[in-house]
Amino acid sequence: MQKLETLMLEKAKNLLSSGEVSRVLGWKKGELGYDVEPSVFTSAQSLDNFVYNVFCGANLSKYLVQETKKEGKILVFLKPCDSYSFNQLIKEHRINKDKVYTVGVECQGKIDNYKLKENGIEVVESFDEEVDFVTVNGKKFTKGEIVLGKCSVCEKKLLDYDEVISINEKRSPDKDRFEMVKKLESMTADERYAFWKDQLSNCIRCNACRNVCPACTCTKCVFDNDNSGIASKANSDSFEEKMFHIIRAFHVAGRCTDCGECSRVCPQHIPLHLLNRKFIGDINRLYGTYQAGEDTTSKGPLTDYTKQDVDPSDVFGG
Amino acid sequence: MQEINKEKKPLIVAFCCNWCSYAGADLAGSSRLSYPADVKIIRVPCSCRVNPMFILKAFQRGADGVIICGCHPGDCHYTTGNYYARRRMSLLFSMLDYLGIERERTRVEWVSAAEGAKFSKVMNEFASKINELGENKRLEDLRCKN
Amino acid sequence: MKKIAISNIEKLYNEISSLQELYLPVKKAGATNFAKYENGVDVDIKSLQTVKSAKDLFFPQSEDMIDFKVSGKNIEIKDARAQSNPFVLFGVRGCDLKSFEVLDKVFLQEPVDTMYKSKRDAVTVITLACNNPESSCFCKVFGVDPANPKGDIQATIVGEEMFFEPLTDKGSELLSKLTTLEDGDEKAVESEKKEISQKVEKLPFVNLDLSNFKGENLMELFDRPEWEELSKACLGCGTCTFVCPTCQCFDIRDFETNDGVKRFRCWDSCMYSEFTKMAAENPRKTQMQRYRQRFMHKLVYFPANNGGEYSCVGCGRCVKKCPQSLNIVKVIKKLGGKN
Repeated sequence: MQKLETLMLEKAKNLLSSGEVSRVLGWKKGELGYDVEPSVFTSAQSLDNFVYNVFCGANLSKYLVQETKKEGKILVFLKPCDSYSFNQLIKEHRINKDKVYTVGVECQGKIDNYKLKENGIEVVESFDEEVDFVTVNGKKFTKGEIVLGKCSVCEKKLLDYDEVISINEKRSPDKDRFEMVKKLESMTADERYAFWKDQLSNCIRCNACRNVCPACTCTKCVFDNDNSGIASKANSDSFEEKMFHIIRAFHVAGRCTDCGECSRVCPQHIPLHLLNRKFIGDINRLYGTYQAGEDTTSKGPLTDYTKQDVDPSDVFGG
Repeated sequence: MQEINKEKKPLIVAFCCNWCSYAGADLAGSSRLSYPADVKIIRVPCSCRVNPMFILKAFQRGADGVIICGCHPGDCHYTTGNYYARRRMSLLFSMLDYLGIERERTRVEWVSAAEGAKFSKVMNEFASKINELGENKRLEDLRCKN
Repeated sequence: MKKIAISNIEKLYNEISSLQELYLPVKKAGATNFAKYENGVDVDIKSLQTVKSAKDLFFPQSEDMIDFKVSGKNIEIKDARAQSNPFVLFGVRGCDLKSFEVLDKVFLQEPVDTMYKSKRDAVTVITLACNNPESSCFCKVFGVDPANPKGDIQATIVGEEMFFEPLTDKGSELLSKLTTLEDGDEKAVESEKKEISQKVEKLPFVNLDLSNFKGENLMELFDRPEWEELSKACLGCGTCTFVCPTCQCFDIRDFETNDGVKRFRCWDSCMYSEFTKMAAENPRKTQMQRYRQRFMHKLVYFPANNGGEYSCVGCGRCVKKCPQSLNIVKVIKKLGGKN
């Protein structure tokens, strides 16, 4: 990982000094090692704080919506999952591709900061690929135990890049990403209702899932629009959080690349990706396998149809 | 309204497309075929005009069942509208089921302008199903029910 | 000084809840928050921090104010404010207790916020010392002692026992009613407290310099170019404000029911693009301006108006919860002085 970071840094410095790009979108060191933040670097000097390690879980693609409106070209480092979001944004004409220089970077899975923090961190002993940390209770964890949920099932490849920086072959996942969706589907309606009631009642409507989502790029969200009649800053009834999450998941259905940012950022650890994955699973089953963001031209499953599509009444095989 | 009639009756919202199903409802009426008065029809230009939000809002405001009626696939006045509606509703209803909301509470039926009898049959069936299920509890908004 | 074995603690919860409603950290669907004690809940007393702070008990995320009911030409107006019965709040950490002081300054000043006051008056707070403060904690910077969190009753876990020390009349009264407790010895608690204080000294953020955050530096701080970089990654979500124990902004909104209007107030966030939006326009147009507002309020405006008291208590929730790892520590390090 250290070596990867050096190569990326070199690339960034070269492109900056040659004038090919004017800014670099990457990750910046934090105060504690694990609090890495996305940042735009404008000079070789500012790149001193550049970092690429197991804590760089944030998806940078959405920042390009604003960044490509500015003057000059920007260099962006994209992990495999970020590159799908990037493609999807290109497809939706949200990013001006001429203003981006994309470099794909290797990723072997990132750490879930919440899993880490919920155990109370005392020390992180290594920020490299083989991270070890000790909790306040003296418990030791290794990387495998605290990897992001999205990473443990990631099958994504690096797509659409000007260049690639990669040293090792990507490990393939040992889990099926639809495992939990299938488990829920096999429950009774009552059990599913109880599960989601517990989960969604924790929602504090902070909108982090929406604001981080690369598919949520509406200039003004319907839930922020007072004239829509459904704008609500904080949920005051259990109905509201259901409505918010159903509508949000539906709005990104067919466009969601399964980057997992929604679950990564939720302060209450609500497994929001399970909603999106349900749609992805249904789309695959009913309309043929589709991976949003795999290309920049194909029609999305909800902007397309065939005459033989299944009727809603037959979806459950009834 | 409900206070006058103490017995709680199910409320059903039917979104009917202007060109086929709404005309079908008309035909049912003029043919003197009955369908339950609990069905409140909302006329929409096309079945694909129905936003998922409409359905959720209907439930929020007290509906116990929501049915969407449109032209038969292939007969859409706007050529393709109901094809899109079909995909959307398939996904949405599957999601509602996934959240544990009774799958019988939502339904899509294709009813043409000539199918007055079908309209009446569908509505009767749907209303009796909703009657069996009882009040919508899982997608209710308590603020709308004092 | 009273004590109870941790293995017996369910009995204590039952006894307290038979006297008054009891609220304490409860784990539900993987997240720990303050909730009412009832049979079968998963009490998570040892967790260092709840996701939402304890302010939720006095200033809930949303609360009803007035109901308007329309029938014909009549509008009936009903007071919808919830009645507050006496309740016990158990397991509050030192930082959260300190946050009550900050909130009191806002809500109990004239004009007094009666909705807040009624709940604040009804509470008996049992605090809990932090045996294992973690790397994101910096309460000491704001004058909080996690070994002595104060409150009506102060509890400390020592090994397999929990000790209780009453600090107010309200606290003594409650303790005297609890028969499940036995008499305890102070020595063990004293050495635990010492140990905690030593741990606190070793935390990475324990020596943050706040000297620059003074009213007279207001304009200079406001115009600092660093804000741009500090706020660069901000998503504009409300996580930091909603988990913060001292954020107190709210909005009053109407919900149209089928036959009237329910007026409620709910938390608002200065991170949202709609915050401070007025008829003509929004004075804070960019995320940088909103971000700056949040920290200027906590570190400069609030102390300037409240005798130097900061409206941050160093709980570290924003350090832990910001999706993109922005937080107040990064701001303090950049602008606070010699950091």
